[in-house]
Amino acid sequence: MRLSLNSRLSAISALLPALLVMLVVYIGATSWTVWMSLTNSRMLPNNNFVGLRQYAMLFNNDRWITSVHNIVIYGVLLVSLALLIGFLLAVAIDQRVRAEDTIRSIFLYPYSMSFVVTGLVWQWLLNPTLGIQHVLRSWGFEGATFDWIVRPETAIYCLVIAGVWQASGLVMAIMLAGLRGIDDEIWKAARVDGLPKWRVYVSIIIPMMGASFATAAVLLSTAVVRLYDLSVAMTNGGPGIASEVPAKFVMDHLFERANIGLATAAATTMLITVIAVVAPYLYWRARRGEVR
Amino acid sequence: MKRALFASVAIVATAWASIPVSAQEMKAEVIHWWTSGGEAAAVKVFADQFTKAGGTWVDSAVAGAANARNAAITRTVAGNPPTAMQLNTGKQFDELVEGDLLADVNGIATEGNWIGVMPAAIIAAATRKGKMYAVPINIHGQNWLWYNKAVLASVGADEPKTWNDALATLDKLKAEGKVIPLAFSGQKNWEQNLFNSVMIGVGGAQMWTGILGKRDVSLAQSAEFKAVAVTYKKLKDYVDAGAPGRNWNDATNMVIQGKAGMQIMGDWAKGEFVAAGKVPEKDYGCTVLSNGSGGYVMGGDVFVFPKAKDPATTKAQMTLAKLMLTPETQIQFALKKGSIPVRSDVDTSALDACAQKGMRYVADKAQQMPSGDMLAPPALIGALQDAISQYWNTSMSADEFSAKVAAVLKSAE
Repeated sequence: MRLSLNSRLSAISALLPALLVMLVVYIGATSWTVWMSLTNSRMLPNNNFVGLRQYAMLFNNDRWITSVHNIVIYGVLLVSLALLIGFLLAVAIDQRVRAEDTIRSIFLYPYSMSFVVTGLVWQWLLNPTLGIQHVLRSWGFEGATFDWIVRPETAIYCLVIAGVWQASGLVMAIMLAGLRGIDDEIWKAARVDGLPKWRVYVSIIIPMMGASFATAAVLLSTAVVRLYDLSVAMTNGGPGIASEVPAKFVMDHLFERANIGLATAAATTMLITVIAVVAPYLYWRARRGEVR
Repeated sequence: MKRALFASVAIVATAWASIPVSAQEMKAEVIHWWTSGGEAAAVKVFADQFTKAGGTWVDSAVAGAANARNAAITRTVAGNPPTAMQLNTGKQFDELVEGDLLADVNGIATEGNWIGVMPAAIIAAATRKGKMYAVPINIHGQNWLWYNKAVLASVGADEPKTWNDALATLDKLKAEGKVIPLAFSGQKNWEQNLFNSVMIGVGGAQMWTGILGKRDVSLAQSAEFKAVAVTYKKLKDYVDAGAPGRNWNDATNMVIQGKAGMQIMGDWAKGEFVAAGKVPEKDYGCTVLSNGSGGYVMGGDVFVFPKAKDPATTKAQMTLAKLMLTPETQIQFALKKGSIPVRSDVDTSALDACAQKGMRYVADKAQQMPSGDMLAPPALIGALQDAISQYWNTSMSADEFSAKVAAVLKSAE
């Protein structure tokens, strides 16, 4: 079917704004960032090409290395724990409990809070002189210690706790929708066969819920890459540089430290990492499309 | 990154939209980050004086120093500058001068004989290529020791004069065990500020300018520098478990309430004592620890004026530059801000005891030390901050730390 010139024009003009935004904002800004990382820009952008020197500095920088370690720890733990806890909560609610709506709202509530609020609340709870440890000791448990947030080796796990607390409710909601989508006939058949309940979940229900797991995992992964405000609000990267994260490294060096070259090198490294993770998946999807 | 770009684009766009071009009357749009109570009152002193001089003050306060600097610099680079912008005394406007974006205030400076009435370090920090490009408006001492007089008296300790005295007093407080000896706020910049106070107090002027100014790699690995590092790390024995992440003003309030003995903090801490109704030299004491060779680390704020196209704006800029430094404005501003005047020839009788002490330090040429911001660019200060913060918070040895500092100084060349 051949389109008339008129309708082709209108189609192009309709798509033009989106195309321009795509070109200018995404491609343009990203290319500029990559170019900046090859210059020695400090406070103001300049075009003095220095090759990969900023990248050499970056990978000799303790704080950057720590940030990368931290995002890996946070990413693995957050995704796995939030999926596990969210799924278990959904299963528990799915047992036809009373006041289901209320419970669902309570579990979803953390997700409606900003990371800044979450970070501050957990900062107080975990502070040894104000929070949980202090309360336990005032109840007479003299030896109680819960000072993870002030110890460099454990501070990052405090971020994980807060992150899981916030994200589990969302995972629960997604999983619950998935569980509700499962046909009652399957449960009946399993009961006829005399399967124990846990066995049904593990061998039948979970494999059927692949889409729910994938959705939740993707949402959690984007939250991992973006991790910034939680670190700022909870520990501000401390104690020392123990809970620094890549996004914070970029922001601090971009603005406070007037080091555009190093900041954009870090941002570019983040971009390349994300592309490296996502590319195989996109390739696989494209291939699948061809086969069909 | 993208968000930041969006934000700057948005700032520029709204700024374009909101400012009518070519105003014939004197109008000054001023970007600064003084948003807290005392700070806002201080900036009002400038605004009132400018209004008196027949101008219109357009206040563009942006919360957060980095945010305010960003907004102002982004607009200046984009060709739509504010009339004046606040920066810290130091190297923050180097690149603006290199890019020929700032108007110099040399005429006003010569006319008002600024060189005759200001400390040399402050003049130097405002001068580039032989011309003055910034108006210094105040001096903040960064390395004061604040202590609770009653607490120190309870263990029979006098005002410490050197770091050795201070350590002895801290030992007494620790042995007695009733209060936290040293109130501390474990955030990176305060960890660095405490280190700087030890560096100037133990290492002296040579060490200070050698590390921050000359960036002497061999000095960073010397025995003297390691002695500074060891003294700094000793202080960790006197802080409480809740210190990491604490805000500086909460630490100051621990001293005010007698829960802690002393704190190292800049003179902005005085505002907390004043707000609590405490009297200097009666309820609390203030001093600067030194080894005798220089010791008062001077930071502060300046205003710079982006080059303007129309003469009305230039006139407004020069009027502002002049009136910010009149003796009357200087005193009024200092009283509200907690800083001390940048001029040495003003009548200081209205200032409190601690501010007068500060004036005496600044009057002595040997005591004047330029702050880290004046000696080194933000990127280097930041890299040192990370090293200091790691050293304070981990089991790193003094040797490892000095090697790390040497590496930072080397990479800054």
